[in-house]
Amino acid sequence: MSDSEMGSSPEPAEPFLSVRPKNPGKPSGLLRNMSAKLASIPMILTTMVVFVGGTIWTVVYSFTSSKLLPKLNFVGLDQYERLWSTRRWLISIENLAIYGFFSMIFTLVIGFTLAALLDRKIRGENIFRTIFLYPFALSFVVTGLAWQWILNPDLGVQNVVRSMGWESFTFNPLNDPDIVIYGILIAGLWQGTGLIMVIMLAGLRGIDEEIWKAARVDGIGTVKTYIRIVIPMMRPVFVTALVLIASGIIKIYDLVVAQTNGGPGIASEVPAKYVINYMFRAQNLGQGFAASTMMLLSVIIILIPWAYLEFGGKKRG
Amino acid sequence: MAEALTPRGPKPRRRFSRTNIMLYGTLIVFALYYALPLYVMIVTSLKGMPEIRMGNIFSPPVEVTFQPWVKAWAEACTGINCEGLSRGFGNSVKILIPSLILSIAIASVNGYALANWRFKGSEVFFTILIIGAFIPYQVMLYPLVIILRELGLYGSVWGLVLVHTVFGMPILTLLFRNYFTSVPEELFKAARVDGAGFWGIYFRIMLPMSLPIFVVAMILQVTGIWNDFLFGVIYTKPAHYPMTVQLNNIVNSVQGVKEYNVNMAATLLTGLVPLIIYFASGKLFVRGIAAGAVKG
Repeated sequence: MSDSEMGSSPEPAEPFLSVRPKNPGKPSGLLRNMSAKLASIPMILTTMVVFVGGTIWTVVYSFTSSKLLPKLNFVGLDQYERLWSTRRWLISIENLAIYGFFSMIFTLVIGFTLAALLDRKIRGENIFRTIFLYPFALSFVVTGLAWQWILNPDLGVQNVVRSMGWESFTFNPLNDPDIVIYGILIAGLWQGTGLIMVIMLAGLRGIDEEIWKAARVDGIGTVKTYIRIVIPMMRPVFVTALVLIASGIIKIYDLVVAQTNGGPGIASEVPAKYVINYMFRAQNLGQGFAASTMMLLSVIIILIPWAYLEFGGKKRG
Repeated sequence: MAEALTPRGPKPRRRFSRTNIMLYGTLIVFALYYALPLYVMIVTSLKGMPEIRMGNIFSPPVEVTFQPWVKAWAEACTGINCEGLSRGFGNSVKILIPSLILSIAIASVNGYALANWRFKGSEVFFTILIIGAFIPYQVMLYPLVIILRELGLYGSVWGLVLVHTVFGMPILTLLFRNYFTSVPEELFKAARVDGAGFWGIYFRIMLPMSLPIFVVAMILQVTGIWNDFLFGVIYTKPAHYPMTVQLNNIVNSVQGVKEYNVNMAATLLTGLVPLIIYFASGKLFVRGIAAGAVKG
């Protein structure tokens, strides 16, 4: 297979070549830091073989007609054309867009609100923080199964409200193709907002007390101070939070598998699940590679503006 | 609001001011949203099936039974296999321990080399490593299958250990690099003058000084590896499936009558390890995720 060969080529040969010291008095460039270089071999292999090599490999093979096994018979953009005309992929993309949009907004709003409330010098801050954050320690599988049970139409929340007298109450997202993605959203927010709250809280704690005093002296209300002064000051924190939320959204997979397994029908499919289904279940590697390349592309689209904001313009270590 | 801002002496802190009621009210409503699922899971897992069918998911059990927990642990079925979750627990432990040791050992040495022994190109590798943390796993899944197959590790526990080591490397390396960078330069220089080398300084100075960061890394990895589903399902065979995969197979199996109490007991059992870590570690857990989130 050509794969193992391409794995070994990109790693630099320096650490192996410089075993024999040529000039013991003044170590040559290659020999300097020998131990550090040797110790970094796992890192070098990981970055060059898996991250760089693996990514290039997948992108290259996404232009082939590979089915059961990867084969280098190029077919141009065929896989991508097929991908974008597959209903399942389009539904996956639509779901990701809806989930991503609302997840982004709600996570930021809830995360910031909770952090701001906790920052008001309240009693029991630790208890509240512990409660808000514990779902983050749980896996998506556990999260999905817990909410699958709570949203169970016959025995869950819908049943409880109905048995309290509101007979016509309907809340059955997991069996309704039109709103199933919102059922997953509720679970996703439950699991992930705590993390953003912690990051926001750290950001708020980093704001100088003097700013609050100055705002008070100027007679600016609390809410106004947050919106006009504090939030603009926390721009880097918000950017970090956004990048975290966005990269989490694109990866969404196990939550869907556990909560709905893509159902009802294919109504709650997501791109990551599409990739894995085509690669490991449907034996259609080319489709899986094309779909995963699209995922990579979407990450690049998010990362480049962020990298530009963070590292462009002023240079800092 | 406006009255409270008049600058006449210190603000009288009233316990039940309108602001306070709103503040605590909002917090309590949110706390209920976050706490209820855990509560529902616990009460469901302690009820018998007749009680679940009759009653309300929020009501506490009338008759407490531990039978669902026993069944989830020792008898629940996935396909024809009815050994319960205990097998998945065993597999997860077998995956977790070597992954934990290997990933932390490698990442701490990486971080140390990057902080104190920079060589030509080391920063390039580090940058690629960090960018790699953002590449969707799906892009690298199949190449890793090939690599593991070539190494003869595909489907085995050790293959999965390697995968966890590779994908844990970016965040852990960042964590250790940032920590070792903050160690005073003089200490390092003094050790150099005394003739200590790369490994000497690592084992005698850096390692003993950085136990807290090792604990943070361990918390991060234990929860991360224990909660993994994707790698477990792709890189191992059913006999080695970790607990999360087995849990999903038990709960979402289409055969048989759904036993919600057993399902919830199984779900809780799977969540128990990270929950214990979370509640026991407190501030360190927060520090771990904050370190993961905020770059240095």
